[in-house]
Amino acid sequence: MNTILKKSDSFYDVYERRPGADKLTTTYCPGCGHGVLHKLIAEALDDFGVREKTIFISPVGCSVFAYYYFHTGNVQVAHGRAPAVATGIKRAHPHSVVISYQGDGDLAAIGTAEIMHAANRGEGITVFFVNNAIYGMTGGQMAPTTLIGQKTMTSPRGRTVNNEGFPICMSEIIATLKAPVFVERVMIGDTKSTMHARQTVRKALKLQIEKNAFTFIEVLAACPSNMKMTPSRSRQWVKEVLADYFPLGVKKDVSGEFERKDLSRMVVKNSELHDALNIETAKVDSEKIAPYREKIINEEIKIAGFGGQGVLSLGTVLSEMSMRHNYEVSWLPSYGPEMRGGTANCSVKISKKKIGSPLVANPTILIAMNRPSLDKFEHDVISGGLIIYDDSLIDRKPTRDDVDVIAIPATKIADELGNTKAANMIIVGALIEYKNLMSQEVVLESLGDVLKRKNLVELNQKAILRGAEFIKNLKK
Amino acid sequence: MAKQFLKGNEAVVKGAILAGCRAYYGYPITPASEIAHAAAMYMPLTGGTFVQAESEVAAINMVYGAASAGERVLTASSGPGISLKQEGVSYCAGSELPCVIVDIVRGGPGLGNIAPEQSDYNQVVKGGGHGNYKVIVLAPNSVQEMCDFGMLAFDLADKYRTPVYVLTDGFIGQMMEPVEFPEPIEKIPEKSWVVKGTDETSDNLITSIELDPDDLERHNQKLQQKYAIIEEQEQRAEEYRTDDAEIILIGYGIVSRILQTVVDKLREEGVKVGMLRPITLFPFPTKSMTKLAKSAKFFLTVEMSNGQLVDDIRLIIEGKIPVYLYNRMGGNVPSIKEIHDEVMKLMRLS
Ligand SMILES: Cc1ncc(C[n+]2csc(CCOP(=O)(O)OP(=O)(O)O)c2C)c(N)n1
Repeated sequence: MNTILKKSDSFYDVYERRPGADKLTTTYCPGCGHGVLHKLIAEALDDFGVREKTIFISPVGCSVFAYYYFHTGNVQVAHGRAPAVATGIKRAHPHSVVISYQGDGDLAAIGTAEIMHAANRGEGITVFFVNNAIYGMTGGQMAPTTLIGQKTMTSPRGRTVNNEGFPICMSEIIATLKAPVFVERVMIGDTKSTMHARQTVRKALKLQIEKNAFTFIEVLAACPSNMKMTPSRSRQWVKEVLADYFPLGVKKDVSGEFERKDLSRMVVKNSELHDALNIETAKVDSEKIAPYREKIINEEIKIAGFGGQGVLSLGTVLSEMSMRHNYEVSWLPSYGPEMRGGTANCSVKISKKKIGSPLVANPTILIAMNRPSLDKFEHDVISGGLIIYDDSLIDRKPTRDDVDVIAIPATKIADELGNTKAANMIIVGALIEYKNLMSQEVVLESLGDVLKRKNLVELNQKAILRGAEFIKNLKK
Repeated sequence: MAKQFLKGNEAVVKGAILAGCRAYYGYPITPASEIAHAAAMYMPLTGGTFVQAESEVAAINMVYGAASAGERVLTASSGPGISLKQEGVSYCAGSELPCVIVDIVRGGPGLGNIAPEQSDYNQVVKGGGHGNYKVIVLAPNSVQEMCDFGMLAFDLADKYRTPVYVLTDGFIGQMMEPVEFPEPIEKIPEKSWVVKGTDETSDNLITSIELDPDDLERHNQKLQQKYAIIEEQEQRAEEYRTDDAEIILIGYGIVSRILQTVVDKLREEGVKVGMLRPITLFPFPTKSMTKLAKSAKFFLTVEMSNGQLVDDIRLIIEGKIPVYLYNRMGGNVPSIKEIHDEVMKLMRLS
């Protein structure tokens, strides 16, 4: 054993971070499994020459101060969260060797979700799971791995199946997942088993260094203080009792066929960033929009209909076009309390002035694409406002006599064009023509930039023209 | 200048990426999900990483890892998820890790609803998790500010080594407005204290544990000093038509947009009213507030919560002038008319 107990380069010579006078020994009790496992890990880091590259994550538990000892990058984390933290670190520095070191309370109780999902994602990290069947740090409470009948501070009459269920076998669970590459349970019991654990530790780390493989090593270890046993007696117990319930051995090993996981990221130059983010400049044709420069505009528009009638995109198209006329504009989808009543709706404000509230309570313009929308919003329209409704779907006329009303068979015209979905653009065409809100030329030209489905641009241009034509005929 | 019409929730992601953020860890929740959608779309395309975490608890700890490793890292959620993140935010504050958390507030408590509220004020502005810490909180009220504060948040986070929140409501997240996107930052600042898996950083330690009471007290004092500097240097507020105002309306997020319209309307009616909009909620804009209290007859705070911001205002004003509250909850939004009538009522009273 002497050779592996020799102080390795991956440990600090003097434990300066340790408070108090003693800077040379560890805080671990005699016979504690943590101390031995630390040495096995440090020795492997030395031998592989990866001390500098290593980032060691200290959990909450007796190994909370692992950073006193390891001369590596160190991160101390919340109880159970080490695999999540390891995820963030490894993805930032794929070349690094990230070690998530955890106890049985940390990993198998409070941190169950984090270990399962890091394992399932196959994060390129190495997990060392110290199973000592007890909570060491907090004074000997029951762990999820405490054996049936084992007495602890919180199972004073012994753990029962009835009350606490069975000890949880993490290695077997992790081994059922697809992504883990190597899963083994070892023990720190006698010299022979410790020498085997040494090989396993090395294999796991090597798989991370060479292949970014997720590996999981469960280490059965003694906690003499909380077991109230001598170190040698407690090691005996690990060997004879603990290892009897938690069978040692390789639970999964696909390291042979596993191909190195590529964790590198795309390289994107700053100059390419706007493109990568799909940030486009909306073209503003100052000549074509010149006639609208002096226009006083202050519209509050409510657009409502069934989901699927394109009411939201009617609103976004109007908004996009407004932006291209240098108007201030805001668009708000029906959301929250607005969603009551079975209609989809959105609010659009268009103004020459900075827009305050984006909410529209009393529209200057109501676009109603179905009957419930007309019923719901008709009476909110301001006096002198405008109601545009699709009279191919709505079987009644608005009752208001203090507003302008346009009945337009938008759905019927859209059907004539061959696509019911174009009804919303027919209304766009009608509205901008009726109100002379903006340049039809600009709207038609920009439609290609605004619509997501490029194959529908032509159809929608036609729809806008048909809507405008309908108004021109009305005006005649 | 590039102008694009898009949602607040998308703008904050693009802003973050332009600020050098290349990692997003989060768990979906309405009304913040578009942030995850945009991050999933754009992080990988810009050399970043995106993980849909197993929970908000895991997400904030992934953030803890990425921040330890020196990345500019983003996460986002709404009330229920922010509650879960609090443990991790406390650890980030304790370990002095810069990161940015977006909270698109919805109705609570419990599952509440997905409508906009401002009821996370206390759990965000007061630290929220365990321990003596605070976080910088920016409160955007437009899509442009979602982008701009997405960038500013990272600068402040790195400058002070602290978590920074972008706190807003479902409306600002969901609405669309034109945004001018700035050029990306040249390079994120060098951080010598992070762990990078290199020889130079192999003596670095990220931790929040200090066993010795004197050491922990010193650490806490250092944090408090940092917060004092932040309070001195980083207060931000917008004043709207406050010059000769006798009545000051106060609100943040979507409420401030409504207040702006209310102010315009009341001004047309000859009422001398203005608006104060806190942009930073911590640091609290005490300077503007005390200044305005000198000339105002009363303040009216408008909130979409049970009145959380108003507590802080009353602490600052110390009874010098009346500080009233008008509030709605459950996802209901105070209307222009309601606020207008409330002002008229209070004017008659005073
Ligand atoms: C959220 C939270 N809950 C509880 C604790 C208290 N606590 C510290 S260590 C620990 C158990 C550690 O046991 P284990 O993971 O088995 O490690 P060991 O000490 O045995 O090495 C507990 C419950 C904590 N620090 N944080």
